[in-house]
This record gives sequence, structure tokens and C-alpha cells, in this order.
Amino acid sequence: MKKTFRFSGTGGQGLITAGIILAEAGLLDGQNAVQSQSYGPEARGGSSKAEVILADEPIHFARVTRPDTLLVMSQEAADKFARDCGPESLVITDSLFVQRVEGSGARRVDLPITRTANEACGKTLFANIVALGAVAGLTQCVSKEALKKAVLDRVPKGTEAANEKALEAGYTLAEKARQSA
Amino acid sequence: MKEALVEKYFRPGRLPHIWCPGCGNGIVTAAMVQAIDREGLAKDDVALISGIGCSSRVSGYLDFNTANTVHGRALAIATGLKMARPSLTVLVASGDGDCSAIGGNHLIHAARRNIDLTLIVFNNNIYGMTGGQYSPLTPQGSRATTAPYQTIEPAFDITALARAAGATFTARATTYHTPLLTDLIAKAIRHKGFSIVEAVTACPTNYGRQNKMGNPGQMMEWQKDHAVMKAKWDTMTEDERAGKFPIGLLSERTDAVEYTAAYDEIIRRAQA
Amino acid sequence: MARVLLMQGNQAVVEGAIAAGVRFYGGYPITPSTEIAEGMAKRLPQVGGKFMQTEDEIAGIAAVTGASLGGVIAMTATSGPGFSLKQEMLGFACSAEIPCLVVDVQRVGPSTGQPTSPSQGDVMQTRWGTHGDHWIIALSPASVPECFDLTRRAVALSETYRCPVILLMDEVVGHLRERIDLPDNYDDLPVVRRKVPAGAPEDYLAYQAKDGSLVAPMAPFGSGYRWHVTGLVHDETGFPKGTPAATVAQQDRLRKKLTDHLDDIVTVEEYRLDDAELAIVAFGGAARTAYDAIDLARAKGIRAGLFRPVTIWPFAEKEIRALAAKVRGILVHELNCGQYVREVERAVQGRVPVLAYSKYDNESATPEDLLAEIENAMKGGAGK
Repeated sequence: MKKTFRFSGTGGQGLITAGIILAEAGLLDGQNAVQSQSYGPEARGGSSKAEVILADEPIHFARVTRPDTLLVMSQEAADKFARDCGPESLVITDSLFVQRVEGSGARRVDLPITRTANEACGKTLFANIVALGAVAGLTQCVSKEALKKAVLDRVPKGTEAANEKALEAGYTLAEKARQSA
Repeated sequence: MKEALVEKYFRPGRLPHIWCPGCGNGIVTAAMVQAIDREGLAKDDVALISGIGCSSRVSGYLDFNTANTVHGRALAIATGLKMARPSLTVLVASGDGDCSAIGGNHLIHAARRNIDLTLIVFNNNIYGMTGGQYSPLTPQGSRATTAPYQTIEPAFDITALARAAGATFTARATTYHTPLLTDLIAKAIRHKGFSIVEAVTACPTNYGRQNKMGNPGQMMEWQKDHAVMKAKWDTMTEDERAGKFPIGLLSERTDAVEYTAAYDEIIRRAQA
Repeated sequence: MARVLLMQGNQAVVEGAIAAGVRFYGGYPITPSTEIAEGMAKRLPQVGGKFMQTEDEIAGIAAVTGASLGGVIAMTATSGPGFSLKQEMLGFACSAEIPCLVVDVQRVGPSTGQPTSPSQGDVMQTRWGTHGDHWIIALSPASVPECFDLTRRAVALSETYRCPVILLMDEVVGHLRERIDLPDNYDDLPVVRRKVPAGAPEDYLAYQAKDGSLVAPMAPFGSGYRWHVTGLVHDETGFPKGTPAATVAQQDRLRKKLTDHLDDIVTVEEYRLDDAELAIVAFGGAARTAYDAIDLARAKGIRAGLFRPVTIWPFAEKEIRALAAKVRGILVHELNCGQYVREVERAVQGRVPVLAYSKYDNESATPEDLLAEIENAMKGGAGK
């Protein structure tokens, strides 16, 4: 079973870190995982993109062409990447940045990711970890224990508590979305 | 040079050398050998790295750990060797074109790092091996096969260049002043850090002839007449200095950390 | 014990180098290989090695050859433009037989090109980049674990055959993060080191192999065996000798020391090739597309398989000839305008159709892209 993810937004939102953490959580769960990203001009100031594939079988081609889960944290990313999704895809949008999602027919879940980061942790900096919690909560792609460990292994010392809070807040967002769906 | 030194330091069967009659490179080589002998270094503990050109052939003649490498790259190769084996005394022999033109970038950076290499620049003011093209050390207004009318480029003062880049020992002598040259090379070897000794040497075949400098003896006379000891140079006016150049120990600093020693500290830090 | 890690290809090169005994790195930062320099800067001093960020690309490989003369296993890494700058020194290392590892993480070229996009445009530069006739070893990893393994293998080949070895990477693999099971302790991994002389220093000739292998022992500078290195044509003494006979002898030995050991040097990997009608030839990052495309083709009843050269140079001539004898067609997929395919065509000599799927638009081909090419190939000559 192969699950594909694309995290997209603006450079500086921590999406590449989020991708790495998700892939590491996958490994902790005993899955195979690959992570790749767009580099260069695209990753500076403009749009930023991280891709993750989790699978039980070996993964060869490592880029994601049709994401099962697309996280968009900017309108530009939504405009650029939504068309790669199919009706079976899940598009998670950050309500602070994304108004329209057109051209995919995918199921959309709109969440206040960045606002929640600010409210729960006092900084929008934690939005990537909130997003990770939301993605994992909605897709059940990795276990919560693995994701928590992956987050804590990767984040700077002294920020563990805030990151754990951000992750919990993400899971809560996902839970609310599931209940209201 | 004494027979015994030839016997001790020159490789059997590698002579005669390729240098023309009247070339000063042999005198510089003799000064190097005498300096090494005076310092009492074991041949196994000395490496001599050279680039490409007439003077760079010196590495093939002397019985050390030697490499006649790639045009301009001697200092960069020597840098790697010194990093790998800091206990080696690493000398670099390089011509004026080799080390100030194609290898100029390596010169300033070796000087900047203050790595413990001793660079001996065989400055004959010309590309000799290829038949007399001008180098960055060819005096402005000279003739060369690539400057048939005259050179319009000012020349580097290579010791000043190295000093400005961070070299902690800079010196100059000529093939006329051989005891001084020997003494300076010996001091340069002893110096812990990047040292440069510019050896002014005559190329009668490809510089002298094009610039009407006369026979090899007259070119040595020219060295005698134009070189001024540093102590005297310091007392001279700008007008008196015109057309002349200082010789002797031009600068020495001991306040800068040597590069391989500085890196040892990095290793300690990384392993702490 | 092994650690399961998510690691980038470039980082795996760093770990492979440390495990292989590399203790000197000289180089200049250049995308997309910079993570290798950064990783070595951190890791080398931890194991007592030394890292230098040199003033330019040339000084990087020059310092590497100097360190290697000092008996230290040494490497550099670069990308296309820097690889071009290193070519003269690479020729010196070939001629003077100075072992070293050069990693080239390819970018789209020529010139600055696309520094962060996948390409395999340096295949021929790897083979023919330096001046004059010469022979070279180049390996191409297709995964992060293979970056670790082939870096070690490249060092081992370099030390065994006393020659520079190129690890030819691409951005797909260099920047990919993937699972790797890394040994906890590298001390148990074998490190291959060059032969050193054992006899009396006065009997030592730096280019004379006495064991019939054509590879002479190499004494580190400062170890009591004084010898001479030159880029001039030389004889077994190491001193210049420019006679026609000496020139031919040197060239022949430099060639034969590799071509006599092709069975050791050349490795290829096969995937679902046993009953294949169509062989895909692909290496490095392009091979990753091929595995999936072959599975897609098989699901459609097309008997396709993968022939993956792990050793890019020397060319797997014998293996490609054998392949041509058992398939109906060969499709070469590479991320350039068609370089390796020329070599495949030469080896196949028209026995079966050799087709090219050359992709040079800054992006990897998707498995679906390659599947379409496979289907086209089967409709054409390869399927009849």
C-alpha cells in the first residue's frame, strides 16, 4: 500500500522539515519512506514543495505525480498544485492563506492551521507541526507515537513542549473536521 | 657547490639538467641544497613540489620526495601533502609565470592560510621553456615573443603580493648574492608558516637576448647593480630607489597561527 | 547493529567516505553537491581527518592529489562546471597514478544550466573529460544505501588500481532522502588500502609492478621511499622518458591495469530481465523510474526488464553484447540528450534495435512516461 503526500506553501513555512519528519515517522512504524523536495529559486521566497511517499513495498520512483494528500499553505501553491489531484485525493488547506481550490474535484478540508499554531504555541512558526498533526489525524498514515517521536527527535532543544502542543492541536483540528464531516 | 653535496642530494643519472648555459636556475638549486643541508634535514623528511616550467624541473634532479606536477598547481598540491603529513618539510619550486599567473590564486590563498610551506620563486622574468613569452613578473616595457613591441602591463612585486595576502615570511635575493640566497632559504625553511623567497635569476636565452641584457655575466652584473640590501633600501628616497629593488629578509611575523596547527585545534574541538 | 535512518544521498556519500577511510577532503562548494562538503567538514575532524574548503575547484582536486601522495585516502566532490575545472588535474592523477575519489553530482548543463534539477549530462565528460587518451572508472548509485556502498566501492577500486575513480551521481539521488540501515560502527567494515612497498628503498621503483598485476606499490611521501612524480610520460622509475616505446608502454599499462580486471570492476544489476523481450538500460536516478515502469509494463503483459549499469565506465561491453543476444530490443533511458545510448549502440552493433528515451527537460521521467516509450518500442521493432 503506497501513500503519497505533497506539502506545499511558501519558503520558510517549515514544510520540508515537516516532510522529513513524516518520512521519519513512517520509518519508525516500519514502513519504507522517501522524501524529496523542490530546490533552488522555487524554494526561496516563492513556492516551496516537499514530497513524501510511505509504502510497505520498496519505493523506486520517488517523486509524487498525483498526491493522495495535498497540503496547501498558500494560495499560489493551491493554484499550482491542486490540478495534480484526482477525485480520490484529499486537499488540506490553511484557511488563513487559501481561498480557492480549483480544478481537482478532490475532497477539501479547510483548517485554521497557522491560526491554531499562533493560539496554541504563541508563534506561527509551529504551523508545520500543527499541519503534520492534522495530516496524520485525517489520513492515519503513521502512528501517533511514531510521529511524536519523530517530531521530538528533529526539533531544536528547548522547543519540545511547544512542538508537542502544536502536534496535539493538529490532531484536535483533524478530529473536529472528522466529526463535522 | 661542493662535490659532497652533489653526491648527497642530486639523483644519480638525472643530470645533465635541461637548463641552458648561463641559466641561473642551477645557482638557485645549489642554494636550496645548501640551505637544506645546513638545516640538517633528512632527505626522507623533505618534499619538493614543483609546477611546470624550466625551474620546475628541479624536482626531478634532487633526491627528496618530489613531484613535478601541473602548471600553476604546485602550491595547491603541496597544501594537501602538508595537511596529510605535517611532519614533512615541504618546499615548493615555482617559476614566475607558474606561481603568479596561472597559479596566482593558489599563491594568495596559501599565503592567507599561513600554511607551513616554503615557496621558492625562480623569477627569471619570462616564460623560458616555451621560448620567451611575458609573465606577470616581466618588467613593464620589456620585449617578449608575445610583446614584440613591448609589454604594457605593470609587473607584480611578488613578495609584496604575498605579504599583503598574509605570508608571514617574505624575502628576496639574486643569483649574484648566493650566500644571502642560501641564508634566506634556510631561514624560510625554519619559519613556521608560509614563507616565500624570490630568487632573481637570469634567463639569458629567452629574456636577456630579447632585451639586450648582454651575456650571462653581464646579467649577473645587472643583478649586482640593481639589488639593494633591505637595510640600505629603508634609508633611500623614492628617487634613489627608482629602477632598483630590495633584497634580504623583507618581512617576518610570528604572531599568526600556522594552518595545520590551527586545524589540529579543530580536530580537538570536534572530538571533545 | 544498524541504525535505521532517513538520509539524503549526499549525506550517505559522506558516511560512505568516512567508512571507506577517507581522511582528507579538499573542495569548493557547488550545488547540488554542497551537502557532501558540509558533511565532510563536520565528520572528518571527528575521526581525525581534515577538511579544506579550497580557493577554487582546481585547488580542491590538487590538494586531494597532494594528500594522497602523503598516503591519506582523499576525495573531492563537485558538479558539472566544477568537474570541468578539475579535468586537467584528473589527467595528472591518471598519468601519475594517484588514487583519489571525485564525486560529480550532475546538474543540467552546459554552463550554470539548472543547478538544482536532475540531469545525467556528464556521462561523456566523465569518460572523456580530461585531455588525451586515458581510462577511467565511474560508478553510478541509484539509491541512498547505494551512495554509501558505492562510495566505499569507489575508494576501494581507486586504492586497488591506483587511479582516480568517479562517483557519478545525479540530483535525483543526491538530494533524495531514503531509508538506509547504517552500521553503528564502521570499524568492522573492511577498508581497502593501496599496496605499499616492503623491500629496500634503493630497490623501489614507483611504477614497477612485480606481482604481475600492473599496479605498482605506492609509497607515501615521507615513508622512507623517495621517488619522483611527474605528469610527463615516464617509465617504471617514474622519471620522464619520452621515447615512442616508453610512451606506448605507459599508455598500454594504464589501459590494461583496468581492462585486465573488468570482471572485478564492472558490475551491473538486473531486474525482471530473465524472460524479457525488451531491456531498459538505465542508471542512477533514471533507473528508479525504470523499476516502476517495468512493473507497469509487466502488469500489461509486456515482458520488459531492467539492465542497470552500476559501473558506468569502463563500459559493460561484454554484458551489453550478451543482453543483445537474448532480447528483441533495447531502450536506453537517460536524463540527457543521448550519451550512453551511443555506447550501447556501438556494443550492440545492430544486432537488435537500440532505441533512446532521452529526457532533458529538468525533470525525471515518470513511470507512465517511460511506459509509453516502452509501448511504442514494442509496437515498433522491439516487439516483432
